[in-house]
Amino acid sequence: MIGPLRKKNSAARRLALACAAALVAAFTAACGTDYFEIPIETPIQPKLDVSPFQRVLVYGFVAGGTDDVDANQETVRLLRSQLRTKSSLRVIDADVVPLIEVARDQSQGGGGEDPAGPREGGAPPRASNGNGNGSDRGAQGVSLPATIKDEKDIEPYERLFANTAYWKRIGEEFQNPLIVTGTVLFMSRSTSGFVQRDQETFDSLGRRRVMPMRTYMERKGFVLRPKFVFIDGRTGATMYSESYREEILYNAQQNTPALSSYFELMDRLVPNFLSALSSQKIRGTRVLLK
Amino acid sequence: MKATSIAILACLGVLSAVPAFADAKKDAKSQVEFGISVAQRGLWREAIYRWEKATEIDPTYAAAYNDLAIGYEHEGQLDKARKAYEKALELDPNNSQVRQNYELFKEINDRTAQKEK
Repeated sequence: MIGPLRKKNSAARRLALACAAALVAAFTAACGTDYFEIPIETPIQPKLDVSPFQRVLVYGFVAGGTDDVDANQETVRLLRSQLRTKSSLRVIDADVVPLIEVARDQSQGGGGEDPAGPREGGAPPRASNGNGNGSDRGAQGVSLPATIKDEKDIEPYERLFANTAYWKRIGEEFQNPLIVTGTVLFMSRSTSGFVQRDQETFDSLGRRRVMPMRTYMERKGFVLRPKFVFIDGRTGATMYSESYREEILYNAQQNTPALSSYFELMDRLVPNFLSALSSQKIRGTRVLLK
Repeated sequence: MKATSIAILACLGVLSAVPAFADAKKDAKSQVEFGISVAQRGLWREAIYRWEKATEIDPTYAAAYNDLAIGYEHEGQLDKARKAYEKALELDPNNSQVRQNYELFKEINDRTAQKEK
């Protein structure tokens, strides 16, 4: 007798629960949601007015830091390929100039005749300006460190970018393009200390928990400090410059090649670099409300 | 007698204003909803027009300002977007969704502000 009564009770309870759930569902449906996530694309205007230029010359960089990566070659190559696909400017294919040597040459009174000499599309070596008046000896008399290991070493080289006579001459040679140059410091870095990491744990009931844990770690990695300088090839004057700093650290046991770290760090900076020359769209999501 | 009639008139005035106010709110809400539906189909200009209308009808409607700010942001009108977000937050300072939208917007706006320096 008790059995059927218990069955009846549990059926009634189930029915009540189902009704309640149906009521909640009906109420939710009637009210509807009050917010909607929506993807948006915010257009950002370029930092520079590049309308006077049809062409861009990524000339070369004063590079330093670790010897594992030729930061000058790699930066020029990467920026040229990015500009080819993501900007309306035509990219000039010229030899990559070792700017360090140019700066040293200028500081020794060599008049800034770059030793390698950029040659567009395999054209014959260009003639020197031949005036010999030393007007483009921007860094003359300044002693430059023989090797660039850190920020302090690279600083004296930056005088090169203020040498308008030199840049004007380069501009004339390439029919007044927009010139992109600057400095790139790619240094290895190691550090140790406490880092906070999320650790997954399971309790006695098998429930997963993620707990922040502070652990002592030795880490190594790289720091990338580029400075992009945009020069008007018609006047030789700097139009705009911007500096960045990016860092990546790995577990000390992890062996990551320097070149892949370099590209990983540059990947983070390239959108900022491109936003100087061309309009960009920044993707995101927002919440619309009723 | 005169006072009584004035009181009656005042009551009538209030009673007639309440439905009018409620109508305005409803109208503003329907503009916002329509704006959302067209924005979801990518018709952002139409959406902005609707949300602007909603804020004209009901200037205390925080959600309309929030949506309008998003519309302006999508169109690259960052100054207008900032003002609309700030108005939305002024009307509804504790709304976490508006605040989150505004924080995300500020990240972009700060980047462009850096450029102009």
